[in-house]
Amino acid sequence: MEPILQVRDLSHIYSAGTPFEHTAMEHISFSLHRGEFVGVIGHTGSGKSTLIQHLNGLLQPTAGEVLFDGRDIWSDKGFTRQIRFKVGLVFQYPEYQLFEETVYKDIAFGPKNMGLEEKEIDRRVREAARFVGIDDKSLEKSPFDLSGGQKRRVAIAGVIAMEPDVLILDEPTAGLDPEGRDGILENIRSYQQAKNATIMMVSHSMEEVARLTDRLLVMNHGQVAMDGSPREVFQQSQALLDMGLDIPVVTRVFLRLHELGPSVDTSVYSVEQAVAALKIWKGGVPYA
Amino acid sequence: MLKDITLGQYFPGTSIIHRLDPRTKLLSLILYIVALFTAKGWIAYGLMLVFLVTVIAVSTIRPKAIFRGLKPIVIIVVFTAVLNLFLTDGETVLASFWWFTITKEGLIQAIYMVSRIIMLIVGTFLLTYTTSPIALTDGLESLLNPLKTLHFPVHEMSMMMCIALRFIPTLIEETDKIMAAQKARGADFSSGSLIQRAKALVPILVPLFISAFRRADELATAMECRCYQGGEGRTKLKILKFAARDYIALAIGAGLVAAMILLKAFGL
Amino acid sequence: MSEAICVRDLAYAYAASENEETVPVFHDLELSIEEGSFVAILGRNGCGKSTLAKHFNAILLPNGGSVSVFGKTTDKEENLIPIRRTVGMVFQNPDNQIVANVVEEDVAFAPENLGVPTAEIRRRVDAALRQVGMYEYREHAPHLLSGGQKQRVAIAGVIAMRPQCIVLDEPTAMLDPKGRREVMEIVSRLNRESSITVVLITHHMDEAALADRVIVLHHGEVAADGAPKKVFSQVEMLHSLGLVAPETVELCWALRKAGFDLPLDVLDVENCAQALYKAVKA
Repeated sequence: MEPILQVRDLSHIYSAGTPFEHTAMEHISFSLHRGEFVGVIGHTGSGKSTLIQHLNGLLQPTAGEVLFDGRDIWSDKGFTRQIRFKVGLVFQYPEYQLFEETVYKDIAFGPKNMGLEEKEIDRRVREAARFVGIDDKSLEKSPFDLSGGQKRRVAIAGVIAMEPDVLILDEPTAGLDPEGRDGILENIRSYQQAKNATIMMVSHSMEEVARLTDRLLVMNHGQVAMDGSPREVFQQSQALLDMGLDIPVVTRVFLRLHELGPSVDTSVYSVEQAVAALKIWKGGVPYA
Repeated sequence: MLKDITLGQYFPGTSIIHRLDPRTKLLSLILYIVALFTAKGWIAYGLMLVFLVTVIAVSTIRPKAIFRGLKPIVIIVVFTAVLNLFLTDGETVLASFWWFTITKEGLIQAIYMVSRIIMLIVGTFLLTYTTSPIALTDGLESLLNPLKTLHFPVHEMSMMMCIALRFIPTLIEETDKIMAAQKARGADFSSGSLIQRAKALVPILVPLFISAFRRADELATAMECRCYQGGEGRTKLKILKFAARDYIALAIGAGLVAAMILLKAFGL
Repeated sequence: MSEAICVRDLAYAYAASENEETVPVFHDLELSIEEGSFVAILGRNGCGKSTLAKHFNAILLPNGGSVSVFGKTTDKEENLIPIRRTVGMVFQNPDNQIVANVVEEDVAFAPENLGVPTAEIRRRVDAALRQVGMYEYREHAPHLLSGGQKQRVAIAGVIAMRPQCIVLDEPTAMLDPKGRREVMEIVSRLNRESSITVVLITHHMDEAALADRVIVLHHGEVAADGAPKKVFSQVEMLHSLGLVAPETVELCWALRKAGFDLPLDVLDVENCAQALYKAVKA
């Protein structure tokens, strides 16, 4: 299948030619396919934020290209603008970008900028609100009267309402309580499933990416250090630790257990997998 | 990136100019400006230029940085030059075309005015290039201290300046982020009529103001938590202290003013 | 051991913005925190954690009942400054609590406010910066530091008051894993080595597991209170309150449901692995 988004040999240098010159990323290549849920991990300053801002054309690459449906997103001005709507980007703490008098109007900001008809805007606003669990009654409230978690949902709905084919989120659960985190992740997943959208999520929580994603990109020093399934990535625990990253607690427990003697499967990274793995082991079938 | 631009363009260093007490530098700047406006005639301007170049050399600030700083005022300089060149009456006509006449007096006047503006700006730059904003605030607070007896809120003013300096980079960074986020929702800041462009700023300004108020509120609480009760009974980590070099610097400044007055008096 | 903070019959309600209605947060809350202890406070957003914290250093005053800090009640004007210098506060967003634009000037802010003599301020600032490992950065501008470094500067700014107790309100919420580790190491060390009483409000269960007592707040009431092992073993109760247990406990809990014989009081990787080892060997 043709990838929806292709990144080819992408590099970005900030403030090139000034004393502040700084290479944020170098020679990055990967592709995203329709319906994929990809996690991006990497410590602060590894180039994650720079990378995601290239995918919807907010930043122009110093070298290399980004292709959407096989076409360079910088090939013409109109197309670059279209990309903003096709590749939705939710920044960190998006609730700080709310500005309208009502939740409805704020969610409608993106669709309005797309130049859609009133009826279509209305449909999208209501649908997006449903995806994030905002009821019709709250649509007429001021976004500033909502709780922190709800504000975040409204902000995410504002991007979902553009119905992007690719939805990119930078640490969507930062600062929320466990219940809030689960709620937001559930919302994202329901959007992905309903629209067969591609999701790319930057996160610091290994447990979170382990639970949700089918593929992980590990960024380090402005490059993609690993690209594979969570199982493949978390298996390289030492490399991850060397990059200053964590590995899921469950994986750590199983690595230690393995050291103690039982030859359990150390590639587990979620509670469910751990239970299954231990059942198999207990059943006398050692992990091959 | 916007946040790389520091306000006041302070270049840390260890030159004698850097190490002068900020109050000395503030007072010297005042003396320098007085001297500059007293200066009259080639000799006086020449002396001022020699003084300025010497200070730049001693300060180890690269001339390139100074020229770069002059860029934004090019228009003002050109405007002043043109105005003086064409609008000064004089006897010796050097050239005339259409209804413009350039006189010798006009040319001289233009050169004086332009040199004066440039020397004024460069002198001010030297102060901000060699003094950290916080030292500058401290110096200002200390110099204005006598006004306290007149119930002028000196401490409050300097606290406000200090907080403003602290938060400018933070707010610039925040503006960057908000702009990027609204652009990601298709906001367009660069096309359309003037009114449309002004309207397009609403999605940036509203979140920015809300955020600034939230920050102010949190900062106020944090300051209270750290026992802030206004300027009364406050002590300081760094106490400004005059050293020998400060007295010498001030003497040089006073000497410069005296020289300018004398040169003027003798009509040189 | 004596009490650092003592909350008696606390009632508090804040005024909602538009109408004059008030929203009750606490009524008859009883709580005391022992001197030298490390207490973690958990609870959903909006359960009153931050409001409670602000009562600990007289930023908020009770509508009913009383809060006393090392024997001084918060409602007396003359106790205000003595209480605030005894109980230091660190907040979530490091950007909004750093006042000055040079690290050491910021750390000096509280001692300056307290009228500490200049030479003593210098000593305290240097000592505080060394304690949080930020001494080399003393002349840096705070806005160029990482989140974790900024938060360490904020902690230094509090230590410079020489407090007996530090209250941290979600200090790691905005930090990356590295920053979180740095901050938590410092917090534990302050409690262990300088015997400073620590009250930590957090959403991260692994951080709470480091405390020697965990208090769970729910709708302004204490829903659970005890040693981490005891509180985190009550997995169903935590789930019903919208919380989770540390990942190791969640793992053992799931395994127990699958028929394994496992304890629930395993708060770290080592203990969990040992418990699993015992269970599979049997």
